Amino acid sequence: MAKSNEIFLGGKGVTKVYGFGDKKTVAVNKVDFEFHKGEIVSIVGESGSGKTTLAKMLLGLHSVTAGEIYYNGELRDIRSPRKKRAYWKGIQAIFQDPFSSFNVFNRIDTLLLDCINMRGQKNLPYDKKVELMTQACGFVNLKFAELTRKYPFELSGGQMQRLMIARIFLLKPRILIADEPTSMIDACSRATILDMLLKLRDEIDMTIIFITHDIGLAYYVSDSVYIMEHGIFVERNTADEVILHPKADYTKRLIKDVPKIYEEWDLSTV
Amino acid sequence: MKYQLQLVFKSQKFVTGFVIFAAVFLLILFYPLLVTKNPLEMTGGLFYKPGTYVSVTDAVDTQSYKINKDVVTGKLTKSVTAEEQQLMRDWLLNYCPEVKPEEVSDAKKAYDIIELWLQYYDKTVEMEGATKAVKNQYVRLYDKVENILESEGYIVSRKNAETGEMEEVAAIETKEFVNVKDIPNRVTFPLGTDNFGRDVLTELVAATRTSLKIGLLAGTVATAIGLTLGLLAGYVGGMIDNVITFITNMFTVIPSFIILILIASGLGQAGRGAMLVAVVIGFTSWPWTCRSVRAQTISLRNRDHVNLSKLSGHSLPRIVLTDILPYVASYVVMAYILQIASGILSEAQLSMIGLGPSTNKVATLGLMMNWAMQFQAPLSGAWWAFIPVVLSIAMISFSLNLMNTGLDQVFNPQLRE
Ligand SMILES: Nc1ncnc2c1ncn2[C@@H]1O[C@H](COP(=O)(O)OP(=O)(O)OP(=O)(O)O)[C@@H](O)[C@H]1O
Ligand SMILES: [Mg+2]
Repeated sequence: MAKSNEIFLGGKGVTKVYGFGDKKTVAVNKVDFEFHKGEIVSIVGESGSGKTTLAKMLLGLHSVTAGEIYYNGELRDIRSPRKKRAYWKGIQAIFQDPFSSFNVFNRIDTLLLDCINMRGQKNLPYDKKVELMTQACGFVNLKFAELTRKYPFELSGGQMQRLMIARIFLLKPRILIADEPTSMIDACSRATILDMLLKLRDEIDMTIIFITHDIGLAYYVSDSVYIMEHGIFVERNTADEVILHPKADYTKRLIKDVPKIYEEWDLSTV
Repeated sequence: MKYQLQLVFKSQKFVTGFVIFAAVFLLILFYPLLVTKNPLEMTGGLFYKPGTYVSVTDAVDTQSYKINKDVVTGKLTKSVTAEEQQLMRDWLLNYCPEVKPEEVSDAKKAYDIIELWLQYYDKTVEMEGATKAVKNQYVRLYDKVENILESEGYIVSRKNAETGEMEEVAAIETKEFVNVKDIPNRVTFPLGTDNFGRDVLTELVAATRTSLKIGLLAGTVATAIGLTLGLLAGYVGGMIDNVITFITNMFTVIPSFIILILIASGLGQAGRGAMLVAVVIGFTSWPWTCRSVRAQTISLRNRDHVNLSKLSGHSLPRIVLTDILPYVASYVVMAYILQIASGILSEAQLSMIGLGPSTNKVATLGLMMNWAMQFQAPLSGAWWAFIPVVLSIAMISFSLNLMNTGLDQVFNPQLRE
């Protein structure tokens, strides 16, 4: 797998605090990380450990309470709306809850056409655009002809998540943050979807930050793994090291919770 | 969108409200086409009661027909008032030596009691303890009734313009009738006239129209301001939110009606046109729309579909218009309906305390109430000058509120029983 030593996205002491006073929640607590170009990184942690919060900060959707984020070797600067938009050209996401990820008033076509426009192909003739959209849908085993003119609430959760991946296929960002992109998909298609993401990574040399609560899945896809507990990275290493020689107790517990982890890997059981 | 409309029209409450409102709306739309007279024209006099008025001289001139009908009974019943009938009853019971009490209690109808009294009344009977005035009252009553009974009709005469002598024009017998349709000069006041002698119905239709316009304008102004500021405060946040919230809170602390009164009186009597009053009402009633739109926007702005829109590089106005506005639209429509209703009520309240539109070119529902109260319509028993106005206000506000409740049940299904 393609991987360079260049730090593409990094953070030092990144912290997020929600609320004030009594209601204060430290969702992410002084975490450091370095994600390299072309790498697949997994962030693993149980529910409420702060994974989504970290992802939103990386995306620049939430402000950072303390600490710095580095992008492309420099301190990230997204203070003006224009700089933000430029940043989002390179970094994209698949959100955790597909049901709330769609604007229910827009047809699916609008969503996909937006991506084509964002690629700077606004002036393409319409049938060319349809061709692109069909290709993107085909990539995630969806039929554009069946989806066109439909509204998001007419799709199943799994179809929505696949559509989100199709969106990434069209946008071809340099970094993808995928927040549990397969939570709504049955175990069989889950492997297919993950393979799609991996294929996409190989095709466009994308860096993927893969967020999951499932350490088995993380092991299956990633180069390096960060284990998160209560907003802190308790362990970070290559996937093999983390799974085969876990150091933190939390990691050991996570591994123990997954049945048959040392046996022949069978994705259909996770 | 189409689906939502279908859903809305399935709601019984909404449909009922809508039908009432549409009926009022069609009335104010088509009535002026049928009745083209100026609604503020003073045709009648102070509080004429509802009915059709025919010209008396026309009646004399119009060709007459003989109709065999007991005109006396009708006339007697109509012209001997209830009090006079009571006087007759009193006389029979207190002073009449011959009549039996059962006879008096048996006579229920007006004509029966009059007949009974005429039969027994004698002015020579001593009325013990009665004053002279009371005695005279009975004599006069007897003469009046006698006249009706004996009436042979009238001789109509006219002064000759040259000689100045009275010349007989027509002799009218009691059984002579004219066809109302033949009389050229007729005026119908279905709801009587008001204190200025205007036709209340025509005025009411015009007033409802103006009041609806005021409500619509006030509601539009309030909703436009409230929506814009609410979206801005909710989505942009930060300093802008603080400023807007501060202003909104100020409006909450000082009741908006007080502000309304201050502005309205500040404008002065001459400055208050109907539409200006509407704008002022709208300008003082936006805060609650603003507050709820802001709250909803805040809960929407961190939703993932908004985040996705941001990631897709959409500009702030576009996100607000396509990712926030549609989600609050159903609420805004409901708020708009309530704002229209409350605009109409505010105008009525303002006018009642004399701060309404001052122009004498238009009538509004509030002004009609104000006039009726100033000329003490309730005291003079002129119910037609204010009851229809109250009913119109109630009906419009009822229908709008019903529509709102219906919409609420469609858009917030958890409220459904
Ligand atoms: N907008 C918010 N306001 C206040 N607290 C928040 C907010 N979002 C998240 N939190 C809190 O921050 C903590 C971390 O939440 P986060 O969503 O990052 O968890 P997560 O690891 O993504 O969990 P899951 O696997 O269930 O998605 C939780 O305790 C949560 O209650
Ligand atoms: Mg999460």
